[in-house]
Amino acid sequence: MDRRVYMVPNPPMPNIPLQFDAAVCNGCNVCVKICRTDVLMPNPERLTPPIVLYPDECWYCGCCVEDCPRPGAIMLVHPLNQSVVVSWKRKKTGESFRLGMKDPPPPNTRPPAR
Amino acid sequence: MTSWWDLIEGGQSTPEWPYPIRYGQESRISTDVLVLGGGIAGCHAAISAARRGASVVIVEKGHIRRSGQGGAGVDHWQAACANPCSTVSPEEYTRAIVDGFAGYDCGPMRYAQCRESWDAALDCERMGVQIRDVHGEFEGAEFRDPETQLLFCYDYESRHSLRVYGDTMKPCLHKETVRLGIKTYNRVMATSLLTEDGKAGVRVVGATGVNVRTGELYVFRAKATVLAMAHPRREWVFSTELNGGAATFADLNIVGDGHAMAWNAGAELAGMERSYDTAGGFAYIQYGVGYPDNTWFGCTMVDARGKPVPWFDGSGRELAAVRDRFLPRDGQKFMLIGGGLTGSSVTPQTQGNHIDDSLAERIRSGEVVLPLYADLPSLPAHERRAIFGLMVGNEGKTRVPVYETYTRAGFDPDQDMLQAPIMPPDAYRSPHYPAGVSVPQWREIFGGGLMVDWDLRSSLEGLYGAGRSVYGAGDHSGAATSGRYAGRRAADYARDASGPAVDEDQLETERARVYAPLQKRPESMGWKELNAGICRIMQDYCGQFRSEETLLRGLRLLAEVREAELTRGYAANPHELGRVLECHTILTVAEIVMHASLARRASSEHLDFRRLDYPAVDPPEWRKLSPIRRDHGEVKTRDVPLDYHLQPPYASTYEENYVAHGGSSPDTGGA
Repeated sequence: MDRRVYMVPNPPMPNIPLQFDAAVCNGCNVCVKICRTDVLMPNPERLTPPIVLYPDECWYCGCCVEDCPRPGAIMLVHPLNQSVVVSWKRKKTGESFRLGMKDPPPPNTRPPAR
Repeated sequence: MTSWWDLIEGGQSTPEWPYPIRYGQESRISTDVLVLGGGIAGCHAAISAARRGASVVIVEKGHIRRSGQGGAGVDHWQAACANPCSTVSPEEYTRAIVDGFAGYDCGPMRYAQCRESWDAALDCERMGVQIRDVHGEFEGAEFRDPETQLLFCYDYESRHSLRVYGDTMKPCLHKETVRLGIKTYNRVMATSLLTEDGKAGVRVVGATGVNVRTGELYVFRAKATVLAMAHPRREWVFSTELNGGAATFADLNIVGDGHAMAWNAGAELAGMERSYDTAGGFAYIQYGVGYPDNTWFGCTMVDARGKPVPWFDGSGRELAAVRDRFLPRDGQKFMLIGGGLTGSSVTPQTQGNHIDDSLAERIRSGEVVLPLYADLPSLPAHERRAIFGLMVGNEGKTRVPVYETYTRAGFDPDQDMLQAPIMPPDAYRSPHYPAGVSVPQWREIFGGGLMVDWDLRSSLEGLYGAGRSVYGAGDHSGAATSGRYAGRRAADYARDASGPAVDEDQLETERARVYAPLQKRPESMGWKELNAGICRIMQDYCGQFRSEETLLRGLRLLAEVREAELTRGYAANPHELGRVLECHTILTVAEIVMHASLARRASSEHLDFRRLDYPAVDPPEWRKLSPIRRDHGEVKTRDVPLDYHLQPPYASTYEENYVAHGGSSPDTGGA
C-alpha cells in the first residue's frame, strides 16, 4: 500500500457519467464538440479520451455515445441514486435482475425498431 | 487522464483552459433575422425564415447538432390533425386543448400547431427523419395505416398523433440549416436584447451574447429577432449533487435566459405565476422505469403478486381488453393523452383511458401490493415492440440511456417485467411515475412566457416568440410549428423593416455586467451556491402558498441579493462565466414570478396557484390573463380576456385569423 496521497477536494457527484475505453477512443473529440452542457474537455494529450471535467453537469442524454464514430469508446453510466432501483423480473422464472448487478444476464442484442 | 480523480490526483499541475481566452474581444454580426436558441423551435424558425429569403443567424448556448429539450430525440408527434388518416379537425383539437387548460393556453400558437403539425412532420421527413414504418416491422398492427405506413399513438381511431423515429431529428434539422446557409454561433449564450436607443419597451434591434468557451462578446444586429429559448428552470430547486443533471427534465443550460432578456427589454409576459410541484433532483431515469403513460402508454401494470391493475375509460367504466385502452369510448369523438394531457388538463369529453386515481386507495387497502411491474411480455407483440423499441429508442434520452443500457444489461421486453418505482400511494395519482415524488415547495414554471399576437409577435416591435418562449403549454410538434410560423412572420417583417442601429451606451452597460464575474475577491461565491440561495428565497417566499406579505418581502430579499451576493459571483473560466450569468437570469425570473404572483389577486386551481390572502379559488372575475411588463422601473399589469385572440381587433374564428396572418401560405418544405 505504498502510494502517494494528495490533499484533494471531495469528488463531484455523480462521479463518472461517462466511461471511456482508451483502447477504442482515438481522441477525435466529436463528443466534446456536441455535448450540450460542455461536460467534456479535449485532453491536452492528443489522441487520448477527453477529460470528464463537469460530471455534475451531465444530462445523461447519451448523445455523445450515439454520435461517437467508434462504437464502444464511450459508455454512459447512470448515477447510482437512479440506477440502483432499476430492476426487472423474468416472468417465467421469477428471477430478479438489476442494472449494475454483479453477474448480469447475457445482453439482449436486438436493436431498436428501424 | 479522463476522470476527475485522474485530473486532481495525477501529481500534474492543473491543465490550462483548452480554448483561447478572448475576454473583452468583440465580434459584430448583422442579419435580417436573428434566432435566439437553436433547439427545435429555433431551428424551424431559422429554416422557415431562410426559405422566405431572409439572411438568418442562430445563437445557441450548446451545440446545435444535439442541443435543446428535443435534441436527444422525439417519439410522439402530436396534433397532426391534417394527416390523411385523422378524423379530428384543427379547430376541434385546438378547442379541446384550450378548454382542457380552462382557457389558459396560447390560442394562436395552439391553432398553428394543429394546422401545421402534419406539414412540419412531412418537412422533417424531407430532411431525412423517418416518420413512417417504411420497413414494415409493424405490418398488421392496429395502429398502422397500410397505405401511408404511418404509425399512430394513444387513440387508434381518431389518429391525430403519430409515432415517429425521431432520434435523428436534431441532426437532420442541423443539416438543413447548413444547407440553407444559416450561420449558427454555437457555445454563445445570449445575454440581452438590444433595443432602439437603448430604451425599454420599444423595437428590438438585436442581442448580445458571450461565448462560454472563449469569453468573447458577440453583438448581433438584426431587423427581426425570434426568441426561441426554453422555459425558466432551476428557480425553486437546484442540486447537481444528487444526480448531476440526470433527474431534471431540462438540461442545466435551460434557465429562462430568454424570459429574463425579454423582461429587461420591456416585453410583456403572461402566465408567469403558474407552476407545479416537482421532485427536483429525486426523479427517476426518464422513461426508464415501468409506468402506464406517455411513452409507455397502454402498458399493462401488474402488482407484486402478478395481478393486473385495471384500466378505465374517461367515464369510469373498466376496460376489459388491452386494445380498448387505445380506443375512444362509445360516443367519444377523440381522446387527448400524453405530453401532460391527462387528468385535470383535459375535459371529460376528451379524457383518455387510464389507470385511475383509485390505485392509491387500492394500494392503501392492500388490494394492490407494491412494487408494480410493467408487464411487457403480456402485451401483443406489436404493442410491446412499439413501447420498448420504437418509443423507448426514439424519445429524448431513451436511445442510449434506456434502450441500449438496459438491453446490454440483459433486459428483454419479451421475457421481463420492468419494475415501477416504489412510492407513497398518492404519488401514483399521476401516471407519470418517472417524475417521482414531488415536494410542494419545489416548483417549476408551467407555460409562462411572451404575450403574443396572431403573428406570434411579442408586445415589442421586431421581437417574435416560438416554443417555450411563448406563454402556453407546449410539446415537440408545438415547438416545431410555432417556430415555422414565427420564422415566416419575422422574415416578412424584416423584408420591409429599416436597418437597426445599436445603442453604444446600452452595449457598454451590458459589457460591464457580462464581465463583472471575472473579478476574484476574498468574498467571491460560486454559481452553484448562488443558484441554491435564490432557490431558497423562492421556496419560502413564493412557494406553494403565497401572499402579498411574503411576495413583497421576497422581492426585497431578491433586490438585496442582487446588490450583494450576486455581485460576488465569481467565474474562473468562460464556462463558469456562463453559469454565473445564468444566476443573473434566475434572479430576474424570480422577480418576474413574484410580480406576476402579486398581480393575480385570487387563487386558482387551474394555475396551481394559492394566495393565502386571496383564498377564493377561480372566482369568475379572475378568469383572465394578467400579463406584466416593466415600464420605467415600474411593473405594469392589465386585464386580458382568456380568448383575446378571438376578440376585436381579431376575427372571431381561429381559421380566419390564421389565414389573415399569413397562414394560408405554409412554406413548401425543402423538396
